[in-house]
Amino acid sequence: MSAAVTARRPRFRVGSLVLPSYAHLVILWLFAPIIVMAIFGFNDTHGKYNFTWAGFTLKWFLHPFGIPTLVSALTNSVVTALSATTISTVLGTMLALASHRYDYRGRTLIDAVLVMNIAASEVVVGSALLTLFVTYGVGLGFVTIVLAQVMFSIPFVAITVRARLAGFDPALEEAAQDLGASPLQTFFLVTFPVIFPGVLAAFLLALAICLDDYVITSFVAGNTQTFPLWVFGATREGVPPQVNVIGTFIFGFGVLLAVGGATYRTWRERKLARESAIATRA
Amino acid sequence: MAVAGRIAVRRPALAMRLGRALAPYLLVLPGSTWLILFFLFPLLTLAITSLMSGDFVSGFQLTWNFGNYTYGLALYATQYTHSVEYGVSATLIAFLFAYPTAYWITFHAGPRKSAYLLVLLLPFFVSFVLRTLSWETLMGDDGPLLGPLKSAHLIPSDFRVLATPIAVTFGLAYTFFPYMLLPIYASLEKIDKRLVEAAEDLYASRFEVVRRVIFPLSIPGVFAGVLLTGIPTTADFVNQTLLGGAGTTMIGRVIEQQFEVSANYPLASALAFVFMLGLLAMLLAYQRLFGTEELMRAR
Repeated sequence: MSAAVTARRPRFRVGSLVLPSYAHLVILWLFAPIIVMAIFGFNDTHGKYNFTWAGFTLKWFLHPFGIPTLVSALTNSVVTALSATTISTVLGTMLALASHRYDYRGRTLIDAVLVMNIAASEVVVGSALLTLFVTYGVGLGFVTIVLAQVMFSIPFVAITVRARLAGFDPALEEAAQDLGASPLQTFFLVTFPVIFPGVLAAFLLALAICLDDYVITSFVAGNTQTFPLWVFGATREGVPPQVNVIGTFIFGFGVLLAVGGATYRTWRERKLARESAIATRA
Repeated sequence: MAVAGRIAVRRPALAMRLGRALAPYLLVLPGSTWLILFFLFPLLTLAITSLMSGDFVSGFQLTWNFGNYTYGLALYATQYTHSVEYGVSATLIAFLFAYPTAYWITFHAGPRKSAYLLVLLLPFFVSFVLRTLSWETLMGDDGPLLGPLKSAHLIPSDFRVLATPIAVTFGLAYTFFPYMLLPIYASLEKIDKRLVEAAEDLYASRFEVVRRVIFPLSIPGVFAGVLLTGIPTTADFVNQTLLGGAGTTMIGRVIEQQFEVSANYPLASALAFVFMLGLLAMLLAYQRLFGTEELMRAR
């Protein structure tokens, strides 16, 4: 069916160049600031501001971690985001398992809260958390950042894992239990390996969201600096080119991760296709 | 022997039944507790704080001071208007950029479909503040775009994009582009390709296929995209701070300043809660029209 559709060419292709050019222009628009960011990491700027081109240099690339406060902000970012993501991956996966397997009371309510959480604007959620912490005298800092980041990343985990669970055959779990596995054994030996790719994807998505968050984190951070907060704070006095270099590294890492993941998926699909072809022949 | 065997079998069965009944609640408990404590309860605190009066030093008391709302709405009417104007324009721009692109990828990119989708999302790996900062460089008065045009005397030397509503609007459209693209892509991807074929067999032109088959079927995705882009673009203050000027202040910036600088919590809470109410109204309307499925699919 799908092969028939792709093989079929539209009858006419008037203006067939317009749409692809448009799509590629949009891609160019999306990459424009990334390209500028990478280029200005090589800018031999001497003033405080890194807005005009002043010649090529490698010095920022050789010493990307030359600013101590920036390094500690990066460390804070990684530590808070990793802690928050670990917690939210566990809690979100539990929510996903519950709603996949059981039709419990209150399920629609939880779904509504998850959607509201995703759709709620960050300024509102951030200021709400700030009033909560101030009203109850909770000191702002590391802990409040983690509390907030877990809160806004749970829905993304729950939804990503649930999408993965949708293709999971419950008969596998029943088979394991029939063979005498305890519920915990069933979970760790059968369910978890099957949903692991989904859990990993959810973890990475949540990690990316937490690492990148500016608005909510800025409301609850107090004097603690994370990478986005540091960069935003630096805009007043001029952002050093090292920030561009670190941004370029992050982008490169993201590209590697994405391309690696895609390659792995294609390889696995091909392998599965080969194996099933062999199986049919035999 | 047989009796003992039966008991041994029955006991776990009973425990299991109890476990079965409790299992969903045990699974849901930690996550929902977290969401109640740090999502729903703070919103309630925000609502209560918005009705308080007093000041930061002597403390705030609940006086059912609805004056915070009338005062705030009157005082910051311009900033609310800016927010809605820029938010709506940015959502429209994001739609105009996202829909044709998503359409082209779904129906014409062939085997490179998922590769193109990945490429579209790659820029968003870079921190949001950094991307906005790059736009500030790119659109700068003597930046890589305007600088050469100015030295060639193609545009007047006092021409600027930065600090204008245009810069803010395009920045917002850029920042929240994935929230528009992904729901639209998901709804286009779901369309049964046989419907397109049927329309073509009935001699519909390419344009008619889009207008009468594809677009109507993708409307839930479009609305999900509009909702998910419209809400954050209206409330954002990062784009406005970095790309805008004194005349483009949006309400998100006012709320942030009232909290962080003036510490006028009741007024700030009232300003924020107005947003929350608008958001709830939009969500309810959407849910009535299409249910929540498309919103859940968005990421």
